[in-house]
Amino acid sequence: MASGTATATSGAAAVRTGSGSRATSPAPGRRAHGRPAPTRRPASAKRRNDLFWAAVFITPTLLGLLVFYLWPVVRTLLISFTETGPFGGSQWVGLDNYAKLFGDARLWETLLNTLKFTVVALLGIPIALVVAALLSTEGLRGVKVYRVLYFLPVVTMPAAVGLIWRTLYNGDVGVINAMLHVVGIQGTNWLSNPDTALYAIAAVGIWLGLGTQVVIFLAAIQGVPKELYEAAALDGAGRVRQFWSITLPTISPSVFFISVLAVIGALQTFDLIFVMSGPTNPAYPQTETIVAQFYQRGFVENQQGYAAAIALVILVVIVAVTALQFRLQKKWVHYV
Amino acid sequence: MRIPRRTSTLAATALLPLAALALTACGSTGGSGSNGPENGPVTLSYGIWDKNQVPAMQKIADEFHAANPNVTVKLQVTPFKQYFTTLQTAAAGGGAPDVFWMNGPNVKLYASNQQLLPLDQTISTGKLDLAKYPKALVDLYSYGGKAYGIPKDFDTVGVWYNKALFDAKKVPYPKDDWTWADFQSAARALTDKGKGVWGAAAPVEDQSGFYDTIPSAGGQVIDAAGAKSGFGSPEALQGIEFWTSLVKDGASPTVQQMTDTSPGDLFKAGKVAMYWNGSWAAVEYNDVPELKQTVNVAPVPKGPKGQISVIHGLGNVIYAKTKHQDAAQKFVAFLGGERAAQIQAEAGAVIPAYEGTQEAWVKAMPQFNLKAYLDEVPNAVPYPASKNTKVWTTLQTDILTKVWNGEVDAATGLKDLATQMDAALAKEQ
Repeated sequence: MASGTATATSGAAAVRTGSGSRATSPAPGRRAHGRPAPTRRPASAKRRNDLFWAAVFITPTLLGLLVFYLWPVVRTLLISFTETGPFGGSQWVGLDNYAKLFGDARLWETLLNTLKFTVVALLGIPIALVVAALLSTEGLRGVKVYRVLYFLPVVTMPAAVGLIWRTLYNGDVGVINAMLHVVGIQGTNWLSNPDTALYAIAAVGIWLGLGTQVVIFLAAIQGVPKELYEAAALDGAGRVRQFWSITLPTISPSVFFISVLAVIGALQTFDLIFVMSGPTNPAYPQTETIVAQFYQRGFVENQQGYAAAIALVILVVIVAVTALQFRLQKKWVHYV
Repeated sequence: MRIPRRTSTLAATALLPLAALALTACGSTGGSGSNGPENGPVTLSYGIWDKNQVPAMQKIADEFHAANPNVTVKLQVTPFKQYFTTLQTAAAGGGAPDVFWMNGPNVKLYASNQQLLPLDQTISTGKLDLAKYPKALVDLYSYGGKAYGIPKDFDTVGVWYNKALFDAKKVPYPKDDWTWADFQSAARALTDKGKGVWGAAAPVEDQSGFYDTIPSAGGQVIDAAGAKSGFGSPEALQGIEFWTSLVKDGASPTVQQMTDTSPGDLFKAGKVAMYWNGSWAAVEYNDVPELKQTVNVAPVPKGPKGQISVIHGLGNVIYAKTKHQDAAQKFVAFLGGERAAQIQAEAGAVIPAYEGTQEAWVKAMPQFNLKAYLDEVPNAVPYPASKNTKVWTTLQTDILTKVWNGEVDAATGLKDLATQMDAALAKEQ
């Protein structure tokens, strides 16, 4: 349980690699403009030497990528066409596993949960924007302290975070209900009430991711040319107007970058659900994510072929959503 | 050893790609063991999961080595949360430990997939007498009429109670021959809403819950052949309503409350007066000074068809593809013998399965009525298991949680569970 995000998400390595969007840089659109292709020069000794060293440095990474990412993706695809027993020994079943997907009501429920979770998790972006804008206020003291505070959850193990939040959310002795009680609100069993559990967990997800988002937005905001603000101020624009008309359009590539990452991360949520919910939780049907369902089928029920098919569904969903985002970005992302 | 419902681990997700690799990488390592007597030194690996039992296991390994200087046993400890995923991957790749611990939910899965060595020869050459172990455990480790594991230890279920809460309400302590009616009326009498005290905890718990009450009502969770669900019977309904009525009447916290704070913690905090728990709990309560004096244990109450607890225990098994069959058989015979049981009893962590060696465990914590656990053994029923147990225990948790929470009424839920479980069992055949 103590293995945290790294291990938890790497299981979905197949999913992650396929999306292809991991490689996006903070300003993905730049590539569209592109640099002109290098003109052919006569191959010099230096160039050959450069190429040799480039190959030397890239090979270990490339091998790692092939062995630990691409090969498992291929294997997952192959396994999805088989019925694989708990101890190996597989039988080719063609598209049976895929046919089974359509009748699996629970799977689509978990996909719906995952999408809901993702939508809620995206609310973290406006929050991070506001925090970053406030932190970049001219003359604010202790920016570094705030930055550390916001970043702390990012470097904390999600499993540990989940356990702490469980006690905060506790219906009978939790701090949150105690505070609500003071202002006269009757709390609930946040994590075991089917109406609230998903949102309660998503809120923790937002809190966990806020640090990264704030730091990236902060860096982007600091890169906005000061002259723009000065000119706007001369024209009589207030701070709010400046934020909408200058800050936001200028840093929109970063907002896009963060939203792509946040969506992919949310679609692969597993560890938080694993720690804060669980099969004995009455809210589990409302909180089980599709990756949790994949785990259940593959590693609890020993249906590895079917689980591989689910993994590919996750892959397709992530690719589709990410492609959609790339399509939509043309309408709102401005590259300077 | 308790069987947590979530035996999974986060790290295990990372294993799918690795498992896939292992499938292709193996093949050369899985040569079958030689049957002739071996010469020269042999090193056996022994896979276990409980760190608390390492001293006792090491001592057993050392004594075995002293008697068989040719064979050295090396312990391989894997935490329980990863144990079965790791073991499964290793077994698929031909590299599981020579001898390892097995539990009830998994034994038939491994036996039916030819991962375990049948132990007839071990039993005959090692002169083991299976009558020395609780019969329910011998049955648990049998598959297709053959023994695949030698019982190592066991646990049964009892009712722990908080004497202070009983005194406060002037309710007499449970007696050894108490009944379901006694339990139910005590639970209601002990409940004190004002103080936030519940008479009992009725969680959606199988081993220390409805796996005991269903047989006590005359029903069964799964039939002896492991082929048909027993959840659809009127007796099973009775065994389930034993618990749900407590929740309905407010004599137990709700499922939501017990999800937020585990019933075990509520009991330890003095918020719950009676809590069903396995014999493994004794060590835990013995270690907390405040609890040591205020809690005690009684046998499970007598139901319409008897006073019946479920019994579970670990078994020692041999990997089918071990290269050292002879040495492994000798070691398992030693593990199943009286001396090994004696060493475990002295260590105190578990009740050894070998007849007549359990007294040391009872005497280790004299303030508790631990004899209650031992007295239940003759009538105990085996832990319900089939080839792919976890498929239907998942259904069981899903559906019964809804029943407990009042989303589905008990009779409908159990019918539904029986149908779905039968379908899952049919697929195993």
